Amino acid sequence: MDINKQEKKRLRRINCQRITVAVKKLFIEANTDLGADVVAALKDSLNKEESAIGRQVIEKIIENADIACLNKMPICQDTGLAVVFVELGQDIHIVGGDLRLAIEEGVRQAYADGYLRKSVCDPISRKNTQDNTPAVIHFDVVAGNRLKIIALPKGGGSENMSAVQMLTPSTGVEGIKKFVIEKVGQAGANPCPPVIVGVGIGGTLEQACILAKLALLRPVGKGNKTDERLVQMEKELYESINELGIGPAGLGGRVTALAVNIEMMPCHIASLPVAVNIQCHVARHKETVL
Amino acid sequence: MSAEKTHQRIQTPLTSEVTASLQAGDMILLSGEVYTARDVAHRRLYDALEKGEKLPIDLTKAIIFYAAPSPTPPGKVIGSIGPTTSYRMDYYTPKLIENGLRGMIGKGNRSAEVLAAINKYGAVYFGAIGGIAALTAQCINKVELIAYEDLGPEAIRKITLENMPLVVVNDARGNDLYAIARERWCVKH
Repeated sequence: MDINKQEKKRLRRINCQRITVAVKKLFIEANTDLGADVVAALKDSLNKEESAIGRQVIEKIIENADIACLNKMPICQDTGLAVVFVELGQDIHIVGGDLRLAIEEGVRQAYADGYLRKSVCDPISRKNTQDNTPAVIHFDVVAGNRLKIIALPKGGGSENMSAVQMLTPSTGVEGIKKFVIEKVGQAGANPCPPVIVGVGIGGTLEQACILAKLALLRPVGKGNKTDERLVQMEKELYESINELGIGPAGLGGRVTALAVNIEMMPCHIASLPVAVNIQCHVARHKETVL
Repeated sequence: MSAEKTHQRIQTPLTSEVTASLQAGDMILLSGEVYTARDVAHRRLYDALEKGEKLPIDLTKAIIFYAAPSPTPPGKVIGSIGPTTSYRMDYYTPKLIENGLRGMIGKGNRSAEVLAAINKYGAVYFGAIGGIAALTAQCINKVELIAYEDLGPEAIRKITLENMPLVVVNDARGNDLYAIARERWCVKH
């Protein structure tokens, strides 16, 4: 076989229509069916919570997830701004339209047909765009001929409590921890605790934020496995945050965070970017591979 | 323990006797009519008051629930509904309290100005649990669109509650449940 034939064999065509259908399904499912990892973490947290009202709140959160799934209703009325992570295999040829428009159309159909709230507006006039678009789409090109789509409907309340800071390198691990604990502490009841804390360390200003968001995609309870320093930092932050006393719904207790997930990459010699992306207990994300 | 035993039943409108009796930490079951309004609706109510215009709702002894429901599916009274974070309404709130508002339902801390108005006029800030919106929808019997329809989910609606579980966060006496609870549960080193 010559090179041309080999390349043709690797190349896969994916039709835009299939992408739209997949995106629609992901956003409806994400909004109505809470992940098993989150439910398991919530159930586990009942054993850690000493406050009676805190336990009642967690029980209601679990009951709500059941009712939402059973009735195909949104777990939370804030069905989020549609964040999409796309990993596009370099040997894929998209046919039948434009990839970005196909994703947007999937979002549009999910929010219309799934009775999901349209929560996107013009930043200045505050006029609602009426169909929950535009989505925020992060494209990445990877090896292979598969297309991975991750749907993350992100609620506004917890996103508002998120922050990024360019720390000085000298502040090191202690500086990072101080910043994360400070942000969760300041957020209090606002982001609907118990929360999942996504932390991005390194890269640039925007890359730290993307790392923090990617950290939210890791299954709850599955700690960092690659870097011993991050294993330690996740453990220490988890303990410190749960000593803040904020508790479920901010009504006091031992369970303020279900998990702290950190992602890290190298940064400039002059910088130490750190981003904290807070996720409420309705930690929704679904993915598919085409 | 069932909610019936631990929760006090409260019926709207919110009279001064009721607000005076409530204390931070009290668990209640609220029934009756409340209005939903959040960011832009608050700005419009505030601007109307500034201009001396008539409001589309009567604020006297009224309760505002900071909420924007998801769309109502066929056969349901309302879609999922729950509290949004309250601080974004803080700027507008003292003026609404001055004009008769006596109850607010939301989540998260309020500003010093809102707490002062709650104290001065004998109002109450109730906390609802965020993110249990399919469950909360079951406490609603009736929904009526009242004003600002162009705001879509953020329009002002009159909703009729039946035994919605809430907790008193800020009472008229200046107590703050979030601060009390955090002080009680935080681990000091």
